[in-house]
Amino acid sequence: MIKSVTDQAMPARVYPYEAPHTAEMIADLSRRAYEYRAQVLRMVYGRKSGHIGGAFSIAEILTALYFHQLRLDPANPDWADRDRLVFSKGHACAMLYTVLAHRGYFPVSELPTFRALGSRLQGHPEPHKTPGIEAVAGPLGHGVAIGSGMALAARLENSSRRIYAILGDGELNSGVIWEGLLVGAKYGLSNLTVIVDYNGVQQTGTTHQVMPTEPIVDKWASFNWHVIEIHGHSVSEILAALDLANEIHGKPVAIIARTTKGKGVSFMENAPAWHGGIPNSEQFDTALAELEERMNQWKA
Amino acid sequence: MESLIKSPFGSATSMRKAYGEALVELGRERDDVVVLSADVQSSDFSFMFEAAYPQRFFNVGIAEPALVDVAVGFANSGRVPIANTFAFLFATRALEMVRTHLAFGGANVKLAGAYAGLSDSFDGPTHQTIADLAILRSLPNMTIVVPADPLAVTKLLPQVAAWSGPVYFRLCRNEVSEIFTEAYSPTIGKGITLLDGDDATVIACGVMVARAIQAAQQMEVKGIHLRVVEMHTIKPMDSELVTLCAKQTGAIVTAEEHSIIGGLGGAVAECLAQSYPAPLERVGVPDTFAESGPYEELLDKYGMSVEAIITAVQLVLARKAGTASHPISEVV
Repeated sequence: MIKSVTDQAMPARVYPYEAPHTAEMIADLSRRAYEYRAQVLRMVYGRKSGHIGGAFSIAEILTALYFHQLRLDPANPDWADRDRLVFSKGHACAMLYTVLAHRGYFPVSELPTFRALGSRLQGHPEPHKTPGIEAVAGPLGHGVAIGSGMALAARLENSSRRIYAILGDGELNSGVIWEGLLVGAKYGLSNLTVIVDYNGVQQTGTTHQVMPTEPIVDKWASFNWHVIEIHGHSVSEILAALDLANEIHGKPVAIIARTTKGKGVSFMENAPAWHGGIPNSEQFDTALAELEERMNQWKA
Repeated sequence: MESLIKSPFGSATSMRKAYGEALVELGRERDDVVVLSADVQSSDFSFMFEAAYPQRFFNVGIAEPALVDVAVGFANSGRVPIANTFAFLFATRALEMVRTHLAFGGANVKLAGAYAGLSDSFDGPTHQTIADLAILRSLPNMTIVVPADPLAVTKLLPQVAAWSGPVYFRLCRNEVSEIFTEAYSPTIGKGITLLDGDDATVIACGVMVARAIQAAQQMEVKGIHLRVVEMHTIKPMDSELVTLCAKQTGAIVTAEEHSIIGGLGGAVAECLAQSYPAPLERVGVPDTFAESGPYEELLDKYGMSVEAIITAVQLVLARKAGTASHPISEVV
C-alpha cells in the first residue's frame, strides 16, 4: 500500500530553545501557523464537527510554543523534566492536535480521524489517548489551578521545567480560574506562565456583551501576577513575551494575547457564529484560498 | 478464627486524630505524598501532617474546586496528593473536577472527606453529608473506602495511598468506639465477615459497623444468629461476598450512615437483584435532611439506631420465612 506523502514527511522544523529569534525563523513559524490553520479547516470540514474560531486565534501561540519554547521530547513523551502545557480551552484542540502531529507525537496522516469513532483524537483532549496531551480539558476553567499544582510539584522537585497554561477569554467567566489565580500568587509561582487567548468572542456573543472581563490586565495585576500584554498573532511578540516571562521572579506571569477569533479567514473573523460553525463547500474553498494567500505572503 | 472484634468495645477514640497520625506516618514512609487542604486542617487533623512536613503541605484556601484541580496538577506530575475538605464539598461543589479529572482523567488523587455522614452533628444539615456515596459511586473508576474505627483508618490509609487511581476516603468527625482487635486486616475491595451466623446477614460500613455488632449481640440472646459483614469498600463492591451471604443466610440488611438511596444499600440491592434476589432492608437516612444535635442521638433519630437494625432484621426474617403480615417496609 502506498503511504500518503504526509506520512513520509519529516517532522516540521524545530528551532531549539536556545536559538535566537531570527527573521527567517519568525517568518517560517508565521507561515506555518497559516499552514496549520488550513489543516484545522480540512479536519473540521471533513468531519463536519469541531471549533474553528478559537483554534485559529491560537495558531501562532501554539506554533511558537511547540516549535521553539517548550522543552519536550516527542520520542519520550513521559520525560519527567519536560515542560508542561495545560490546554485549558479544550474545544480548540484541532489546532493542538495539528501542532502535536507536526511536532512528531503521532502521524500527520492521523489528523483526518479527528472526532471519528475509534480515533485517538477525541472531541476534547484526553491524555490517556493522545500522546503529548498533559491534562483532560473540555469543561472550562481548570487551567490555572491545574497549572499551579504542576508548578508546585516542579518546585518541590527542584526541577527547572516550566508550566504553561493556555486559556480562552470566555473561560475567565468561571470562578475556579480566579481561585487558581489566588493560589498561583500565594505561592509566587514564577515557573508558571498563563497565556490568555483574548480574542474577545465567546459562544453567543462578544465577551463584552456576554460577561465583561475588562480591564483584564488590571485584574490579573491586582491578583499579584506579572502581566505582559501582546499582539497574539505576532510571532516575534509571542517569543519575546515567553522569554521575558522566564526572567520574572517571585510572581507567576500572565500573557494577555490580543487575538482575533477566526483569524485568517475574512468572514470568520470576530464572528461568534464561527465558534462552532461548520463551513459549506463554498465557504471551505474561499477560506482555504484566503489561508493559502496568507501563507504565500510569509513565503515572500 | 481469632476474633476481629474487641469485646467489649474499646474506649471512644477520635477518628480524626487517628487520621492525622496515620497521615504523618504515611508522610514518613512515602516522600511522594503531598497533602492539600481547603483551610480545614484544624478540623480534620491534617494539621499534624502540616506540622511534620510543612514543605509538602498546601493550603489553597476555602476553594474546593481549586483544591481538587491543584491536586490534579500534583498527580499529573507523579505525586500522590491527598486532598482534604468536608466530605459534602467533594461530592457537590468540586464534583465537576472530580468527575472530569479523577474519574474520567484517572488523576491519582486521594480525596479525604472529613465530617462525613451526620458526624458534623451540631453544624447541621448544610454540613452533614448523606449523599456522597451515591454521587461518587456513580462515577466510573472511583474507588470508595469507608473505615469503621480508628484502627481501620490506620490500616486502610496506606492502601488508599498505594491504590492505583482515585480514591474517596470517607471519614467521621467524632470519637467512636474502638471495634477492631489488632488481628483486623482489611484489603480494599474485600468485605470482612466479623461475626458468623446463618439466619440473616447485616452488611455495614463506617460507624454503623459497631451498631450492627450490637444488634447481632442482642439478637443472639433471642437465638437468632446474625452474620455481620464489614463492607469498608463501597466500590468496587465485593459482590461475590454479598451473593454468598444471600445464598447462605437468605436475608440481608444493610446499615450505613448515609441516605438509603444509592449508597451501600443501593449497591447491595443492585448486586442482589442481578445475582441472587433475597429479602433486603436498608438501614440509613430515609431520604431526608437531618438537623443539629448530639451525634449519637441524631443517628438514633434519623433511622440508624440499633433498634432500627433489629426491626429491619425482623422484617427480612419474616419475608424469608414467608410469614410476614406486613412484609414490606415503606419504600422511599
